[in-house]
Amino acid sequence: MAKSRNNRDVAPSAAATTQASVTSTSSTANITAPAATTTTAKSSKAAAKSSWDQMVLNIANHYTKSTPQRTKLLDAFMAFLVVVGALQFLYCILAGNYPFNAFLSGFSATVGQFVLTASLRIQTTEANKSDFPAVSPERAFADFVVCSLILHFFCVNFIN
Amino acid sequence: MSANSLQVLAAAGKGESTRTALRVIILCLIAAAAVSSRLFSVIRFESIIHEFDPWFNFRATKYLVANGFYKFWDWFDDRTWHPLGRVTGGTLYPGLMVTSGVIYHALRALTIPVDIRNICVLLAPAFSGLTAFAAYLLTNEMTTSNSAGLLAAAFMGIAPGYISRSVAGSYDNEAIAIFLLVFTFYLWIKALKLGSMLWGALCALFYGYMVASWGGYAFITCLLPLHALVLICMGRYSTRLYVAYCTWYALGTLASMQIPFVGFLPVKTSEHMPALGLFGFLQLLAFLDYVRSALPSRQYQTFLWLFAGGTFGLGLAGLVIATSAGIIAPWGGRFYSLWDTSYAKIHIPIIASVSEHQPTAWPAFFFDLNFLIWLFPAGVYLCFQQLADEHVFIVVYALFGSYFAGVMVRLMLTLTPVVCVAAAIAISTVLDTYLDARSPDPENAKAEEAVEGATKKASKSGLKSTTKPLVGIYSYVSKGVVVTAMTLYLLLFVLHCTWVTSNAYSSPSVVLASKLADGSQHIIDDYREAYQWLRQNTKDDAKIMSWWDYGYQIGGMADRPTLVDNNTWNNTHIATVGKAMSSSEEVSYPIMRQHEVDYVLVVFGALLGYSGDDINKFLWMVRIAEGIWPDEVKEREFFTPRGEYRVDDQASETMKNSLMYKMSYYNYNSLFPPGQAQDRVRQVRLPEVGPTLNVLDEAFTSENWIIRIYKVKDLDNLGRDHASAAAFDRGLKKKRAAKKRAPRVLRVE
Repeated sequence: MAKSRNNRDVAPSAAATTQASVTSTSSTANITAPAATTTTAKSSKAAAKSSWDQMVLNIANHYTKSTPQRTKLLDAFMAFLVVVGALQFLYCILAGNYPFNAFLSGFSATVGQFVLTASLRIQTTEANKSDFPAVSPERAFADFVVCSLILHFFCVNFIN
Repeated sequence: MSANSLQVLAAAGKGESTRTALRVIILCLIAAAAVSSRLFSVIRFESIIHEFDPWFNFRATKYLVANGFYKFWDWFDDRTWHPLGRVTGGTLYPGLMVTSGVIYHALRALTIPVDIRNICVLLAPAFSGLTAFAAYLLTNEMTTSNSAGLLAAAFMGIAPGYISRSVAGSYDNEAIAIFLLVFTFYLWIKALKLGSMLWGALCALFYGYMVASWGGYAFITCLLPLHALVLICMGRYSTRLYVAYCTWYALGTLASMQIPFVGFLPVKTSEHMPALGLFGFLQLLAFLDYVRSALPSRQYQTFLWLFAGGTFGLGLAGLVIATSAGIIAPWGGRFYSLWDTSYAKIHIPIIASVSEHQPTAWPAFFFDLNFLIWLFPAGVYLCFQQLADEHVFIVVYALFGSYFAGVMVRLMLTLTPVVCVAAAIAISTVLDTYLDARSPDPENAKAEEAVEGATKKASKSGLKSTTKPLVGIYSYVSKGVVVTAMTLYLLLFVLHCTWVTSNAYSSPSVVLASKLADGSQHIIDDYREAYQWLRQNTKDDAKIMSWWDYGYQIGGMADRPTLVDNNTWNNTHIATVGKAMSSSEEVSYPIMRQHEVDYVLVVFGALLGYSGDDINKFLWMVRIAEGIWPDEVKEREFFTPRGEYRVDDQASETMKNSLMYKMSYYNYNSLFPPGQAQDRVRQVRLPEVGPTLNVLDEAFTSENWIIRIYKVKDLDNLGRDHASAAAFDRGLKKKRAAKKRAPRVLRVE
């Protein structure tokens, strides 16, 4: 939570540009990750391969071109959450789930925060504006903060 | 009432502020009507907690108020389930008790000294007013008509289907749960419409409150994903759906896991899996949605196929691995019992024996909902006509709710809100159409006639759009007839509700009422008489054995430890009691000694004709005991060779020797002239010689013989078995009838 706060506080400041170059690569990697697994599953089709590369390239292009700086920050945060969640899950599989409370609250904190951030991202995206006539970006951010507070209250309470 | 308010609205409500004021006043009146119609039981009887489960809730609330929240949370109760005890704090839904505790302390803080019992008695009526308000809000989301919400609130306030569980004194989880159910649905619709995280979070919070209050929360857990799934299948995936559902699920699941009784269930049991599955599915959809905006459509299609195939393959592999590794449990018995209604009856007698788990009889629908039940399909049809996201919800809820109301009597409760909403939509549409005093103007009429002519010609061409503008009612006669009919139905509904409430649902069942020959009311108060006797005449820790139905009442009213109660968490323990009741004295006595039973309590209705007594429940005891000890207790042996269940001299030997039979009919003959003993429930004449009891002493029999309490004899001082000791006593009795015990004690020393 604290980390996320810092990230967002930084967002409008000047440091954003240097961070953005890092984040954009990491989040494209995030998007290609599932794609890579599917390609290995279907790698026998040689013809599909070139179009597949094209596809990934298209997505990457689209992303770097049309995503605002702030949204990229959100994406970085989401990628971070995915990594943390995956690590927790891996630990759960490898080392056992003994304090199940702790695992569940940690894991659902990441999942919940991911979902909330995704919601914030959706609500603040320009293209989705028509879907949310009642939600301004400021309102979306306020909602996000309130929901995160509730989420982390429950997680802390549940962690034992 | 509602029709009147409508007319007043139409006449006076011209300005917006007048309308708002009127609406507030009408809602307040509806809430007042809802509360006051639930007070029959208090007026007829007294301010008393009803039935069985409420007595436990009441006892828990008293514990909470006396000991504070933390002690309540960690409450281990050693006065129930005698040798075992019960981790009460971890195995109850605390919402109800905490609610009344909060109200109690709030009133105290306002220096209003209210007894906790009165808060508990009046909690359900108070929340019914809130439920009416929630129904108003929910209906207003569905339709633009002003009257529909008010009608729904009025229906919700007085529909017997809801009153059945919320009269004053019915201090049960459902009392607040139905309000939470309707309000959660309202918040869900609101969140879905606005796509707002805040509303989603509110929905999750109220869902958490619902989970804390009632086991029926699974209904919401299944209904919301189902609604979302139907929307997705209709091609209505939207970012709003994503935001609303994901916020609700992420926060709501965490909230539900805070309740110790629920704990890890949301990630482990099958009834929570649809919600989790849809949550994952929505993530995929959102991702696909994003990719679609990034790719040209041809590439997107290839991508979609590859992605979908890959995900499906991965998911299937994961499922197979997880199932074979035993992480995900296969479908359990609970699941089957929802689809196959006779499953529980065959396999789980303890569930099947509960009367509110029986399938609903058809007349019950009309009895509980009156004319709403035939307006319900009309309302659902009207929802189909508009079919926005929120109308889909009503349709899905209607189907889901109807099914479950058919499976179990108690789930009628979850159907009632949607019936009220749908019926209100139907009625308000009818009234809005027919109450419009203006006739359609001539141009419209002309156009309409032309259209009518066109339809006559083109009736087979099937162009539905041309037939559409057939609206407007011309003659005042048809308007008058329809409006009068509707008003009549509404008035009849009010009459029916009042009648049902006062006659069927207002009996506390702790106190029975009967009419004397001159029509005056006579109160039969045997239960409290007996429990009071227990409270005053037995040791504080005297263990009482009775069938589980009366466990909560004994705990609440007599404040004595019991062996089993209505919580029914331990089937074996209940079966033990069933075995003790259904076996012969020689078998039962060691069981009772092992469980340190001091008194045995049976309910016996033969004198009064009270049919809910233990002899009528006896077969369930036998069945449950047979489930654990099939070799020692056999249901077949309790029937006559011709397969009848009898208690007269034709009764089977096993039946006559069973402890339950003996305790029920012991000494009963003495009330009647020889050979005339009559069982007024089973309508049979009893055998001339009554049963003898060797291991028990009759301790107390209430005024109308409804409750009989027996004391378990101590071991014989001379080491004889009880049968021979009793026989010896009977032999002596002829000489020294007055002295029974004292001389024998002397002789030992």
